Amino acid sequence: MGLLFISPWIIGFFLFLLYPVLSNFHLGMTQYSGFGEPEWIGFRNYQELLKDPLFWTSLYNTFYYVLLAVPLGVAVAIALAMAMNQKVREVTLYRALLYIPSIAPIFALSMMLIWLLNPRFGLFNYLLGLPHIPAINWLGDTRWSKLAIVLVAQFGAGNFGLVFLTALRAIPARLYDAASLDGAGHWQKFWYITLPLLTPTILYDIIIGIGLGLQVFVPAYIMTGGGPLNSTMFTALYIYKNAFEYSQVGLAAAVSGILFIINVVLAVTTFWSSKYWVNYHLE
Amino acid sequence: MSNIEGPIQTKRSAALQPLVSRIFLIGMSLFYISPMYWMFVTALKSDRELATFPPTLWPHEINWQNFDQATRTFPFLSYLENTIFYAALTILGSVLSNFVIAYGFSRIKWPGRDLLFYPVIASVFIFIQFPVNPITMVPMFSFFARLGLVNSFLPLILPTFFGNPFFIFLLRQFMLQIPADLSEAARIDGANEFQIMYRIILPLARPALVVVGLLAGVNAWNDFLGPLIYLQNDKLYTLSLGLTFFKTMHGIQFNLLMAASCLVVLPVIVVFLFFQRFFMEGISLGGK
Repeated sequence: MGLLFISPWIIGFFLFLLYPVLSNFHLGMTQYSGFGEPEWIGFRNYQELLKDPLFWTSLYNTFYYVLLAVPLGVAVAIALAMAMNQKVREVTLYRALLYIPSIAPIFALSMMLIWLLNPRFGLFNYLLGLPHIPAINWLGDTRWSKLAIVLVAQFGAGNFGLVFLTALRAIPARLYDAASLDGAGHWQKFWYITLPLLTPTILYDIIIGIGLGLQVFVPAYIMTGGGPLNSTMFTALYIYKNAFEYSQVGLAAAVSGILFIINVVLAVTTFWSSKYWVNYHLE
Repeated sequence: MSNIEGPIQTKRSAALQPLVSRIFLIGMSLFYISPMYWMFVTALKSDRELATFPPTLWPHEINWQNFDQATRTFPFLSYLENTIFYAALTILGSVLSNFVIAYGFSRIKWPGRDLLFYPVIASVFIFIQFPVNPITMVPMFSFFARLGLVNSFLPLILPTFFGNPFFIFLLRQFMLQIPADLSEAARIDGANEFQIMYRIILPLARPALVVVGLLAGVNAWNDFLGPLIYLQNDKLYTLSLGLTFFKTMHGIQFNLLMAASCLVVLPVIVVFLFFQRFFMEGISLGGK
């Protein structure tokens, strides 16, 4: 009976998740332009990838992005949660303001940032210019381009900010009271009470962040198209271009398969590591 | 940074606390709202003002006609119609399928239920972007292409009728909180499972279903990758594609591009402000 109710999901799981994931490894061994029949070529796509510097660049960029965006995202989300937890009368207003960018479409947010980060007419460089910081060519300079994409993700941190807020409010006040009696300062309370009790949420944020980071696509597609000099050519963009612009469907599938394996390995490793740092025991 | 952990205050700093908190909050809020502020301000500027350096922080003359002009520069209304169509069917599919599936995962006891829930959790972690994401898009596209369904909304809408791991998770969490006695009592009275689902659980689960509907609708409205891959005929474009297309065509006229962006973002914000409570509840439910 229960199976009957969940049967749509079983179909969905097989058809829209398991099938494409496995198919990546099958298609990855073919030469396929998207038309006609895929031609079996064994491991040639994988050999080709090993030799393609752009593939390695895309992996480097993606890891760079994940290593920067994920920890920063956790820190920003916790900071947002603490802001949202302040005892001021109009806190719901601030909550809304901090959360709204995270439900705004990423494609639109990316458009806004193109203009916000414009070297000459953007608000950011204008404000940086007030203390005479020289203009930064955010999207046109390989030193800054990846940071600009990381920045887009930080505007979406309000979502996890609210998740952290829920976790913050679940921390019993008596823990802080007891710490105050013992003479603990704000920083000590944060370090020894708040942070340990947030670790389950941090784990959740990191694993979701790894998936989103490895699959980052829209901001790069819209803001930079992978440039300048391929500095924002992320793996997802590399897959897209091969499949839909260069008719290298087999090669793109091979990369998707590799990206899937990387994602699973990182997620499982993170999950496994959690027994060393995640505090599951206190409420 | 020493003031930020919230509700607990020492007596000495209690008087100062709200002031420090407010400065911190206002600073963060200003930063977070800056892209939207710059979008809106730019949307109102004239071409001449747009080209002044340094840029003006607010429009010195207000050009509402930019909005009018933006909607005439690309087929805004027909893209809006497509987007609403996509969002409406996504809401329908998501609410229906995930309710029934989550019901099976929470309200009925059967062997293997909790074992079969593990794949749902695993899917949430890797495929939070569902159904279209960079890992599955190549085979899924080939699949739908062979069926001749590219250039239709079917590849985007069909999957929403087969459950979404995150929504299943969310609804299951909610429905587990409804006391089992309610179902038991109805079973004793001779109601079958479908009657219990429809008559008893559905009304109680309504707030959670509103959350799923809202999130599903916003997801469809905000979707870019799905339409980019499957909708190649510009008659089918959603606003997300229309805006990108607009950018490549009129890239220089940022006041018009920002006016068009405003029109795309505004409905999402309005929906959020109307249903704020549901969004917040949905997130706290997902965070447990």
